[in-house]
Amino acid sequence: MKDYSLVELKNIANLIRQDIIRMTAHAGSGHPGGSLGMADIFTALYFKILKHNHELPHWTERDRVILSNGHICPVLYATLAERGYFSLHLLKKFRQINSPLQGHPHQHSLAGIENSSGPLGQGLSIACGLALGAKLNKQNYQVFALTSDGEHNEGQTWEAIMLANKYKLNNLINIVDVNGIQIDGYTKNIMPLGDLKAKYQSFGWQVLTCDGHNMKDIINTLTKAKTSNKPVAILAKTILGKGVSFMENNFDWHGKAPNQQEAEKALIELKKYV
Amino acid sequence: MFNKENKSTRDAYGEAIFALAKTNKNIVVVSADLAESTRVQKFAKKYPERFFEVGVAEQNMLGVAAGLSLSGKTVFASSFAVFSPGRNWDQLRVSICYSESNVKIVSTHAGLSVGEDGASHQALEDIAITRVLPNLLVISPLDYEETKKAVIAIAKIKNPVYLRLHRQTSPQITDSKTPFQIGKANILQAGKNLTLVGCGPILHEAIKAAENLKKQNISVEIINCHTIKPLDKNTILKSLQKTKKLITLEEHQIAGGLGSAILEQVVSSYSVPVKLIGVQDTFGESGKPSELWHKYKIDSQYIEQEILKIIKNPR
Ligand SMILES: Cc1ncc(C[n+]2csc(CCOP(=O)(O)OP(=O)(O)O)c2C)c(N)n1
Ligand SMILES: [Mg+2]
Repeated sequence: MKDYSLVELKNIANLIRQDIIRMTAHAGSGHPGGSLGMADIFTALYFKILKHNHELPHWTERDRVILSNGHICPVLYATLAERGYFSLHLLKKFRQINSPLQGHPHQHSLAGIENSSGPLGQGLSIACGLALGAKLNKQNYQVFALTSDGEHNEGQTWEAIMLANKYKLNNLINIVDVNGIQIDGYTKNIMPLGDLKAKYQSFGWQVLTCDGHNMKDIINTLTKAKTSNKPVAILAKTILGKGVSFMENNFDWHGKAPNQQEAEKALIELKKYV
Repeated sequence: MFNKENKSTRDAYGEAIFALAKTNKNIVVVSADLAESTRVQKFAKKYPERFFEVGVAEQNMLGVAAGLSLSGKTVFASSFAVFSPGRNWDQLRVSICYSESNVKIVSTHAGLSVGEDGASHQALEDIAITRVLPNLLVISPLDYEETKKAVIAIAKIKNPVYLRLHRQTSPQITDSKTPFQIGKANILQAGKNLTLVGCGPILHEAIKAAENLKKQNISVEIINCHTIKPLDKNTILKSLQKTKKLITLEEHQIAGGLGSAILEQVVSSYSVPVKLIGVQDTFGESGKPSELWHKYKIDSQYIEQEILKIIKNPR
C-alpha cells in the first residue's frame, strides 16, 4: 500500500468533502453535517491505518469498520469510492431508486460496507461480536467501531461498553464522533453526556482523545490505540460541517442537503484548500 | 374533490396537540430527539414545563411515559414508527399495554413514503406488532383533517393508543365536517362491484384507480378503515354482503396488517374472493415515494389491475 504523506491525506479528505457536498446536493436529501465532520478520520483509516485491500474486499483478515451512526454514510461511500472500492460515478446514484448507495447503509449492497445501520445505537454491539469472533477464530483483524455522541443516549451503547470490558476486547477501538450536536440541537441541551472520558474509564476502557481535524494527531492516536491491552475509546473532537463555513457547528445541517447554490458556495470554499 | 393543497398527517398532529394543550392542562409530551420531525416542537416551545426530551432513547421514552401516566397525566410519546414501536416493543407491551397506561404512542414516518432515507427508516411492520397487543388501540388516519380529529379523540380516552402517521404531504380527502369516531369505518364512496378497504394516505391511490374504472362501468365501494383495532367488522361485512368481492390496501407488509386483520375477523366467517395489497414480504429501499409505491405494487396502476382481475375472474 502506498505510503501517503500528511499533505496528500489532507487533500484526499478535501476531495471526500467535495464528494459529500455533490452527493447530498444531487440527491436533494441526506446528512452532510456529520459526514463532513468525519472526513479526516475516514481518510486516515482507509488511506493509512486499516489493513485492507479494495481489490479483495472480502479478504478474511481485513480490519473491520463498523459504522454505527449510519446517517453519515455519505462519508463512507465517498471514502470507499476515492479508495477504489467502486467507481466515483456511482456516487451520483446516492439515495436514488435501484441504487446500491442507500440512504442508510445496506450490508449486502456493496463490497466494503460491513454492516447495515440507520437506527442508532446498534453498531458497538455488532463490533463487539466481530471482536469476539476474531478471538474465537484466532484471527488478528482489528475492529474499528464508529459511533456518534448522540448514540450514547441509547442504553444499548452502554450495554456494549460493559461487554467489551468483560471480554477484554483489546482488538476493539471505538471512535466517537464528539461534535456536540444531535438532531434537535446541542447535545448539552438534548441529553448531556457528562464526562465521557471518566465514564468510559470507569467501565474499564482505555480512553484517548484527539483533534478530529488534525491529520497527524488522528494518525498518532489511532496507531497508539492499536497497541492497547484493553478496548479503546477515541474521543474525537470534531466540528459538524467542517470545511464549509456556513455549515460548521450548525445543527440545521445535521440532515439537510444543500441546494444548488449552497453546494456551489461550499465547493468554492473547499477547493481553496487544495 | 382534491383542489386543496396537500398536507401531511404529522403536521396535523403538531397543530392538534398544540391546540389541545391550551385547554387540556393534563397533556404532556415526551420526545426522543425528534421533536422537530414529529412536529411537537411548537408544543415544546410554548409549554416547556410539560415537554420532556429524553434524547435518542426510545425505550427510556416509553418507560418515562408510563411513569408520567401513573402520576395522572395524558402522555403523548413521539418518535418515528420504526423506532417506536420498533425499538421499544417490550416496554410498550408491559409498561404500557399490560399496565393499561394512558399513553398515546404517536409515530410519524410510517411506510415506504419516507422515501430517500431507505429501508431502515420505512416502518412496514408497525401495524402487525401493535395490533397483536391486548389493550392497545391502533389507528391509521387517512389524511390531515382526520388526523386532527383522531388526536382530539384519543386524548379524551384513557386507553393506550398507537397512532400511525406519515412524513410526506398527501391529498386532503376529508374535511373538518367529515364524521370521525374511533372504531367506526367510513365509506368514502359507495359502489356495488367490489369492496376496497384500506387505511392511511395510500387510499388516495385506490380513489384514483376507482375513478379510472368508472369508465368501464365498474363501481368500487371504498372504505376508510382508520381504526385497525378494534376493527369495524359490521361496516365491512355489510359491504361484502353487497359486493361479494374484497381488496384490502395498506402501506405495510401484507403479513399482519389491516388486510390480515380483516381475514381473521370478517372473511373467516363470511368467505368472499379476496386480494390483499401491501408490501410482499420484502424490505423497501431509497427512492421517491411514488417510485417506491410503483415498484412495490401499491400504486393506483397495480390496484386497478388487481380490481379488474378479481372482477373478471372471482375464483
Ligand atoms: C434509534 C434511533 N432513534 C432516532 C433516530 C433519528 N436520528 C437520526 S440522527 C439523530 C441524531 C443523533 O445524533 P448524532 O449521531 O450525534 O448526530 P450528528 O452529530 O451526526 O448530527 C437521530 C435522533 C435514529 N436514526 N435512530
Ligand atoms: Mg453528534
